[in-house]
Amino acid sequence: MTGYLIRRLGTAIIVVLGIILVTFLMLHIVAPSPAQTVLGPKATPAAISAWNHTNGFDRPWYSQFGTYLNNLLHGNLGWSYKLNQTVDSLFKEKAPLSGFLSLTSLVVAIAVALPLGIFQAVKRNSFGDVSATTLAFVFYSMPVFLVALLLIQVFALSLGWVDANVPQDQSLSGALAHFKDLILPIVALATTAVASYSRYQRSSSLDVLAQDYIKVARAKGLSERLVFSRHLVRNASLPMITLIGLSLPVLIGGNVLIEYAFNINGLGLMFVNALSNDDYNVLMAYTLITAILTVIGNLVADVCLTLSDPRIKLV
Amino acid sequence: MTTIVPPPAPADPGATSTDAGDIAVEIQTGWKLTLREFARNKLALLGVGILVFFVLFCFVGPFVYHTNQVATNLLNTDQPPGNGPLGTDSNGFDVLGRLMLGGQTSLEIGLLAAVIATVIGTLWGAVAGLLGGLVDAAMMRVVDILLSLPFLLVVLIVAHRYGSNVWNLSLILGVFSWLVPARLVRGEVLTLRVRDFVSAARVMGGSRTRLIFRHLIPNAMGTVIVNITFQIADAILALAALGFLNFGVHYPHTDWGSQIADAADNLSNGYWWLVFPVGIALVLVVMAFNLIGDGLRDAVDVRLRKR
Repeated sequence: MTGYLIRRLGTAIIVVLGIILVTFLMLHIVAPSPAQTVLGPKATPAAISAWNHTNGFDRPWYSQFGTYLNNLLHGNLGWSYKLNQTVDSLFKEKAPLSGFLSLTSLVVAIAVALPLGIFQAVKRNSFGDVSATTLAFVFYSMPVFLVALLLIQVFALSLGWVDANVPQDQSLSGALAHFKDLILPIVALATTAVASYSRYQRSSSLDVLAQDYIKVARAKGLSERLVFSRHLVRNASLPMITLIGLSLPVLIGGNVLIEYAFNINGLGLMFVNALSNDDYNVLMAYTLITAILTVIGNLVADVCLTLSDPRIKLV
Repeated sequence: MTTIVPPPAPADPGATSTDAGDIAVEIQTGWKLTLREFARNKLALLGVGILVFFVLFCFVGPFVYHTNQVATNLLNTDQPPGNGPLGTDSNGFDVLGRLMLGGQTSLEIGLLAAVIATVIGTLWGAVAGLLGGLVDAAMMRVVDILLSLPFLLVVLIVAHRYGSNVWNLSLILGVFSWLVPARLVRGEVLTLRVRDFVSAARVMGGSRTRLIFRHLIPNAMGTVIVNITFQIADAILALAALGFLNFGVHYPHTDWGSQIADAADNLSNGYWWLVFPVGIALVLVVMAFNLIGDGLRDAVDVRLRKR
């Protein structure tokens, strides 16, 4: 186990270094220097090259990569030339709200998808199973922003239950004061997640139901309820751990679209605005942080899976 | 040594069985069997039906239903259905004609991106799987690294700089989505390369290129083709996301995502005809590809089980 952990950690570190290199190279190719952004569209070539020289953007790429890596190790994500603020402080301002959206929708999605998938497997091919599978299939094929538009149309515009405009406060506490208006974004994110999770949950529950230990549990006279709670639920939920570990990039991508659709002042909207503003340090920082969180998520999921499933032997 | 009988180079996955008796039978029925199995799947056929309808609608439709999709008509914007079968959008374009035009872009980019991704992924996976060892490890770490990058964010960054036409967007979407096919093909190749017919080809002096193109890739084709339908669905969804964020193709072209973005701006005005037709079309097409993919996978699986 320890040996496995060390090796797994070693791979993760290599992957993280690779991620940093790839994101840096992408930044370097897509936007070699922010001079134009800083000096404005009418800057003369001489002014641009002077600025590049003063700020070190005329050095070879590996030298610039060294600086980038050094800054990164010191927790310095760069400077947003458009917003005149460090990227760190931008993230500190906006991360709580976006994190809240992601986590809440993830929790809601699991709370719905887990029982739903197990129910579908137990009542296989019943009316409920078929309708749930069909709905899941439709939502699985629907982009998250379309779900958002549908929800706005139905619950905000037609029924008038919630406000179509979400709170513009970028702090979490300010947004939570109007929690009712955050319901639609959370539901939209959770719906698409449920659509894919419940499919996995259903098939993993079906696999478990076909196992011998379920037959044994039934044969020894356990009540169906005990068979389900002790044997089915626990075993069938294991693949969910991996799925959650893998879902982070999807959640973040969903956040970008949802925050744009609802105009929520979080990291996702900041990313879209940074695109239009050519604010590359912000773009790269967000990509990099998401990628590193993904690696950590997968690592944690693997370890959790091993801890909770003694059948998995790591060598 | 002279008694070695060169086994036929099986060009289809059905012929990979090592049992000589099986080979003769399965060469005849490999793909046919898969197709027959596929044709029995009603949902998959529904998917094919939807897809055929939309291909005809988008590519043949404009020849039947003529609309002006180049010049804006600002005196005639946001008209409800009745003024044209599906009304007009906020530039005065006929929505039905716009739907056809946007569908062309979405289908073309979806297909192109999926083909690009599949070609890169298949070659990468086959080479990694065949060479094995350190090369394989290094190539697969590259896949791990790229797989950790958030797809939508990376594509947005590159597309907002270089995107805006069908070729560039297809290339961008394809270049960042070959990782899953690479893993799948490598997995297949790892089991194929120890099979007798591959060893035989190698012993007879077949080069690595020949092994890859004549033996390994053709035999991994089932997996690849199943995957490509899902790739298309994902690429169409990704393109829709780009369009929704206003980074789709540029005027005078359009794609379904850009049309949804236009609809989103006008949602609170009650212009439902802007969002529902394009939304339904997008979901139906993506569903069609997913249904076809599921059907193909089941068809391939059944064959595997029978073997």
